[in-house]
Amino acid sequence: MNGNNLNLKLKIWRQPSPKAVGAFKDYSVSVSPDASILEMLDELNNDLERRSEEPVVFESDCREGICGTCGLVINGQPHGPIPKIATCQLHMRHFKDGDTIYIEPFRAKAFPVIKDLAVDRSAFDKIIQAGGYISVNTGGVPDANEIPINKNIASEAFDSAACIGCGACVAACKNGSAMLFVSAKVSQFALLPQGQSERKERVEAMVATMDEMGFGSCTNTYACEAECPKGISVRNIARLNREFLIASLSSQNVEE
Amino acid sequence: MANLDSKIPAGPIQDKWTNHKFNLKLVNPANKRKYDIIVVGTGLAGASAAASLGELGYNVHAFSFHDSPRRAHSIAAQGGINASKNYPNDGDSIFRLFYDTVKGGDFRAREANVYRLAEVSGNIIDQCVAQGVPFAREYGGLLDNRSFGGAQVSRTFYARGQTGQQLLLGAYSALSRQIKKGTVKMYSRREMLDLVMADGQARGIVVRNLLNGEIEKYSAHAVVLATGGYSNVFFLSTNAMNSNATAIWRAHKKGAYFANPCYTQIHPTCLPLHGDNQSKLTLMSESLRNDGRVWVPKKAGDKRPASQIPEDERDYYLERKYPSFGNLTPRDIASRNAKEVCDEGRGANGGESVYLDFEDSIKRLGKKAIEEKYGNLFEMYQTITGENPYETPMKIYPAPHYTMGGLWVDYNLMSNVPGLFVLGEANFSDHGANRLGASALMQGLADGYFVIPYTIGNYLASTKFTAVTAAHESFKKDTEEVENRVKKLLSIKGKRTVDDFHKKLGKLMWNKVGMARNEKGLKEVIGEIKELREEFWKDVNVVGQSKDLNQTLERAGRVADYLELGELMAVDALHRNESCGGHFREEYQTEEGEAKRDDENFRYVGAWQFEEAGKWNLNKEELNFEYVKLAQRSYK
Ligand SMILES: Cc1cc2nc3c(=O)[nH]c(=O)nc-3n(C[C@H](O)[C@H](O)[C@H](O)COP(=O)(O)OP(=O)(O)OC[C@H]3O[C@@H](n4cnc5c(N)ncnc54)[C@H](O)[C@@H]3O)c2cc1C
Ligand code: SF4
Ligand code: FES
Repeated sequence: MNGNNLNLKLKIWRQPSPKAVGAFKDYSVSVSPDASILEMLDELNNDLERRSEEPVVFESDCREGICGTCGLVINGQPHGPIPKIATCQLHMRHFKDGDTIYIEPFRAKAFPVIKDLAVDRSAFDKIIQAGGYISVNTGGVPDANEIPINKNIASEAFDSAACIGCGACVAACKNGSAMLFVSAKVSQFALLPQGQSERKERVEAMVATMDEMGFGSCTNTYACEAECPKGISVRNIARLNREFLIASLSSQNVEE
Repeated sequence: MANLDSKIPAGPIQDKWTNHKFNLKLVNPANKRKYDIIVVGTGLAGASAAASLGELGYNVHAFSFHDSPRRAHSIAAQGGINASKNYPNDGDSIFRLFYDTVKGGDFRAREANVYRLAEVSGNIIDQCVAQGVPFAREYGGLLDNRSFGGAQVSRTFYARGQTGQQLLLGAYSALSRQIKKGTVKMYSRREMLDLVMADGQARGIVVRNLLNGEIEKYSAHAVVLATGGYSNVFFLSTNAMNSNATAIWRAHKKGAYFANPCYTQIHPTCLPLHGDNQSKLTLMSESLRNDGRVWVPKKAGDKRPASQIPEDERDYYLERKYPSFGNLTPRDIASRNAKEVCDEGRGANGGESVYLDFEDSIKRLGKKAIEEKYGNLFEMYQTITGENPYETPMKIYPAPHYTMGGLWVDYNLMSNVPGLFVLGEANFSDHGANRLGASALMQGLADGYFVIPYTIGNYLASTKFTAVTAAHESFKKDTEEVENRVKKLLSIKGKRTVDDFHKKLGKLMWNKVGMARNEKGLKEVIGEIKELREEFWKDVNVVGQSKDLNQTLERAGRVADYLELGELMAVDALHRNESCGGHFREEYQTEEGEAKRDDENFRYVGAWQFEEAGKWNLNKEELNFEYVKLAQRSYK
């Protein structure tokens, strides 16, 4: 085909359904170095469809690294070898002609595989539902400029709020912990004046739900930060731990 | 042909909404939970609506094809959201935002709606801040603003280059709170495939459960569609891969009028095309035009790299032609000018792109200031192109981005179908023939937080309902139809893939129903689309099963709908013998090459009524301009 194209061997995880046994399957492709890895899979799928074979199921939407839908483990790394990008932003120019690429789903107890490379991350929604909000109804709120916020604090809150909910942190963690994700939300609100009144209840409820959903515990390996496409810092985890400690010390609904 | 009643309340424009709210019937708080409301779509418009309606006590059922509301296309909005707060004290007001929006839309929007939008814009910012949305701030701790195309004041609130993300996460958090409380039941990974009518009212939907392929039916007292725009009819656009027109198209086929389908926005600052396998085009936020200067070489065919082209051989064509707005002219004008200079052979390196250059701003403000404002956009550019925009100018080119057209709605955001409400990009309401930057987020949230909670109550309180459940005859019929269609798609087993058809349609649309249109091309393309549609139903190959997660089948259904919608867009563009905003007919331009409206004959909303595939009737809503004087737009 095209002279500039890369010829690659792919080993892609195929699993027809949640309970079925999955396995790697081999494919060969020739792809432009300017294409993204998902565009490469699009092309592969079109070829498979032309041969009436079932295309590889994978999820994506924005293809700009912001919606958090995509998420593949590429050569053993969630979102692939380049730091601070999501899978959809990985371009083939980072690979060499003749390379073999392993492509698998995010793996974690709390993220069951649905089909091939697609996983169920609805546990994240459950955690947010437990307390990832400030309890205000629509209407009747004060003028926006009545709540001045120090620029640096606002900026720090933003850094935490930048999480895209992709789940790479969970997939990267040997314990399957969701601490980075949860701590990012807890930190955003703990930093802002608007988040103060529910500070304690929030962290307790979110952590309890995280445990319920089957995420593992955090043993400070920091693998999460290394794979996070948005550079969410493990400092958030330290803040969560502080918040949690203060909350449990002063909590009125203490349980045994 | 019917003349449509937009139900604009009487009285002076600044009192209309206040008076209307007072006159609307209310649902007694204790009765609210007896009403079921279906909200399809949980992007900015849908999530804000579902959350607000849940808070009021209605029984809300929210649907999305995404796995989580946080994935909606709204998440990708970069630049910002407008509001007439006048915090910078630079002369903004509700009236000025209203005026700019009507003028920016080239006098093809409904004044009363636009005024209301401007009126509630400030409340949106208050609401978002209360939710903890981390907007950009000044050193004093107050909110920062920037300017956007089509405005001479700074009224755009932003959260770095991720405004849509932060606003959507705000709405998602409000929605999550209601899900927890049980006022909203969330059905994710469900795709609406039909609207169900009973007794002449919208009473439910048929959806496909995308996980297992089951066809499910849900009934309610009213249905709200907030399903986004249809730019993906072009295949390549800035929209997310899964954004589609199916929900509004199925509603259209059940009787809802489709208004101004040909009004599409081609965004001036996107990354140029790199190859055949490209799956989408990436937008670079228009906010970049605040500090970036747009230029091309003066000489045609000049292939030197940017750095070797001396200052006096560069043409800063926007600054030259539009001295008072310069690089901040509205999108339609900026896009058309880019196409024009490229058609003259003056594109960057002689190709299809123009430069967006930050050299002067970096000199003036320092690299750090630029990084703070646009850091993530610059990074994104570099990730995709491998070039560093701090050192070499960006290359940009226009791409389909936003659809001003959509289902027709009245002042209450209700379509002509009783009980069917349409919000956000899915309706046609506020942007006329061209949308100003940072106004879609504003409109989506205005619709969801501040309009629908009032107007839907009035509908529910003043309508007689018979008991309709999912066991009703209409549901049975529509479910069968949906199932048959799925079967049909899977049984064709032709030779071409769904993408093959989509790409082919996209090319036809881009070439003949894109940035510039003419009678000959439009007539041709209508035939070509019809042909392509026939081929699709004979030769498409949809692999896999119906009762399974089947992404090919999902896409096939959407492309089948585009093949009908595309034709309607061309029909609408052909009928509108004028140029306005994003609809540029080559036959109708001023001597300077600007869009030339024909107010005498086309000062109306064209709302198409579906008869059968390829056949529509035109209804009109006349537009009256009492507050903004009709004038040839000028940004000179
Ligand atoms: C790259 C980009 C940048 C932008 N930047 C800006 C900006 O800076 N400022 C600005 O004002 N505007 C911007 N816009 C425009 C703006 O983002 C959109 O117009 C707006 O977010 C649309 O919101 P929405 O709620 O109407 O629809 P969407 O966010 O598209 O949400 C649609 C929802 O409907 C659901 N849905 C659709 N069809 C179905 C179906 N059949 N069944 C079930 N569910 C369905 C989806 O799952 C989703 O939840 C930008 C757009 C793009 C593409
Ligand atoms: S913390 Fe990072 S890796 Fe984890 S979900 Fe958020 S963005 Fe993804
Ligand atoms: S597809 Fe949206 S982050 Fe990758």
